[in-house]
Amino acid sequence: MSQEITGAQSLVRSLENAGVDVMFGIPGGAILPAYDPIFDSKIRHILVRHEQGAGHAATGYAQATGRVGVCIATSGPGATNLVTPLADAQMDSVPIVAITGQVSSGAIGTDAFQEADIRGITMPVTKHNFLVTDPKDIPRAIAEAFYIAETGRPGAVLVDIAKDALQLMTSFDYPSEVNLAGYKPVLNPAAEALRDAAALIASSSAPVLYVGGGVMKANATKELMELAELTGAPVVTTLMALGSFPDSHPQHLGMPGMHGTVAAVTALQKADLLITLGARFDDRVTGKLSSFAPNAKIIHADIDPAEIGKNRKVDVPLLGDLKNSIKGLIPELKAAFKKSQPDLTGWWKTVNEWRTQFPLGFDEPSDGSLSPQYVIQRLGQIAGPDAIYVAGVGQHQMWASQFVNYEKPRTWLNSGGLGTMGYAVPAAMGAKVGAPDKVVWAIDGDGCFQMTNQELVTCALNNIPIKVAIINNESLGMVRQWQTLFYNERYSNTELHSKRIPDFAKLGEAMGCVGLRAESKDDVDRVINEAMAINDRPVVVDFSVHRDAMVWPMVAAGASNDLITVARSMAPVWDSQEL
Amino acid sequence: MSQTHTLSVLVENSPGVLARVASLFSRRGYNIDSLAVGPTENPDISRMTIVIDVAGHALEQVIAQLDKLINVISITQLNPVTSVQRELLLVKVSTTPENRSQVLETVQLFRAKVVDVAQDAVTIEATGNAEKIQALLRVLEPYGIKELVQSGLVAMERGLRITEKFN
Repeated sequence: MSQEITGAQSLVRSLENAGVDVMFGIPGGAILPAYDPIFDSKIRHILVRHEQGAGHAATGYAQATGRVGVCIATSGPGATNLVTPLADAQMDSVPIVAITGQVSSGAIGTDAFQEADIRGITMPVTKHNFLVTDPKDIPRAIAEAFYIAETGRPGAVLVDIAKDALQLMTSFDYPSEVNLAGYKPVLNPAAEALRDAAALIASSSAPVLYVGGGVMKANATKELMELAELTGAPVVTTLMALGSFPDSHPQHLGMPGMHGTVAAVTALQKADLLITLGARFDDRVTGKLSSFAPNAKIIHADIDPAEIGKNRKVDVPLLGDLKNSIKGLIPELKAAFKKSQPDLTGWWKTVNEWRTQFPLGFDEPSDGSLSPQYVIQRLGQIAGPDAIYVAGVGQHQMWASQFVNYEKPRTWLNSGGLGTMGYAVPAAMGAKVGAPDKVVWAIDGDGCFQMTNQELVTCALNNIPIKVAIINNESLGMVRQWQTLFYNERYSNTELHSKRIPDFAKLGEAMGCVGLRAESKDDVDRVINEAMAINDRPVVVDFSVHRDAMVWPMVAAGASNDLITVARSMAPVWDSQEL
Repeated sequence: MSQTHTLSVLVENSPGVLARVASLFSRRGYNIDSLAVGPTENPDISRMTIVIDVAGHALEQVIAQLDKLINVISITQLNPVTSVQRELLLVKVSTTPENRSQVLETVQLFRAKVVDVAQDAVTIEATGNAEKIQALLRVLEPYGIKELVQSGLVAMERGLRITEKFN
């Protein structure tokens, strides 16, 4: 038997065995025993300024690298501060593991100082969680946590460890494999289903590939390209899938959903077949479910059985790892196409009409002030397709999804499912840690930025030179847009006055960053290039933009996608003819 | 159109499992009619018998979501025709010297039994499927039900079929 070590040492060795190279966290009373061996570990620990920052940093790291992100916090408030990032990662199927200290096992349930039932609290927002009270269980819990986080449909896992379990002596035995009776993800789709799917595709004259974030999770972007070019069908990529299929590809129609392109939204509506790959028929994509893609048959490939038929009845389910499903589908499809390959010329003619008639675009403000879309478009053009773009939530996020061209996987990170304001700065920090050689731009709103900007201090002190573009319209822009459209322009509590207070450039300087400002169109390129040239410090750029710019197109929440609004007074031609 | 379904669910016998299942049903808005948890022949594994009230399509979702819980090992839907389904009832009924014999006769008719007798009440224990328990209660009600406690439903496949499948 091996030499006895403390539970804390066992935890750190387990994390090393799990392949962890970096974690984000803050120490505190209950987790303190773990921080002693962390001091000696080869694992890089980045001391953040708020636990929420640690959680989103772990998420950004995971989304940029495909590896499991790790965050660590103490009991009580440390742990509850992780709830938002855990829910955020779980909604977007991002693999993260959170380690939290818990009060000593004897004190659990007594309302002890800094006690919170974090296992109970995070049950609904994690894929799974553990409470460890016996030090001998630590290695197995860690091994299982990483296995659960990164296999199947990835997600968030929390391991809560009582302080005495960290302090007591134990033997160390890291399991060489994990075997969970109740967790066996299905990896390979049924052969019959693959044949049925191929037959459906071969008989479809108006198919669309509806691609979701699962393609990225399964690292199946090469396979997606092969399938797309084999079918010759239009491709739409959801908010979570941007970059999985090049924006520049002629088959790509852009993003579907509430703020998607007219061509993408309409192609889904008019399709006779949706080849759904790792997407989940989210309400922001479908609009009113009963009127979504009314004439389409559905092929749904996903690794999560609970997604099949959850929102939309499925004709052919392909349950399994998406890479395997696409790889399996390609030869079946080639065989089916040998017998008959549908002619998509007519379908493309229609689709291309929508594309040319309703391209994405924006108007420059008439008063000469800066257009937010222009700023984001120039940022994308100057930083290019190799940079990583990390958005917060709101108008700037939608513009960043529309006006930056994404050509490569894992270059677009955002909070899609939970819609977490404040995600961008810490997630960009995590992404930069995971991909230090890449340029990482956080595209943030002035509202979002004020929620989590303290992590710029972490970036400045730990040589994590991210760049932050604040699209400053001095308001909670997306909420304001809805007030403009649906609440008679009654702007209740959406004015942030952030052109006066705070001074973002000065705030950035105070946090050890370079602070820059752009107020007119002439400033934009110069300031972006200036920011691009700085690599030894984080940069904060305050882009003072027009406050009334809106995100178009837009489908009001709960409305049918057929009612897509291109602009307030303009709707696509089929709207009046076919409704 | 909703309908009740009986699920026999094998779960790991670990702390928090019941909370996970209850939390899942609560957050997804599924209605539990009854829930019974107990040990199985394997001390590491417990069985939950869950009766839920959902329409057909939603049932598939309930099963799929339940199956996503890591501690859930297997789920079997039990057909009321091919399974034995039982509830346990304890009911305290008011009696008078005049009607006590009638109450005792009812107890015999339903193959229930009296487990406690007091001056002005008897406590009756009965097992059976939901219909039988309801029928018994209907007959006893006119005498005056002072107190009632009922277990969740437990169920098992008839014949040689075994309800669990260990993966």
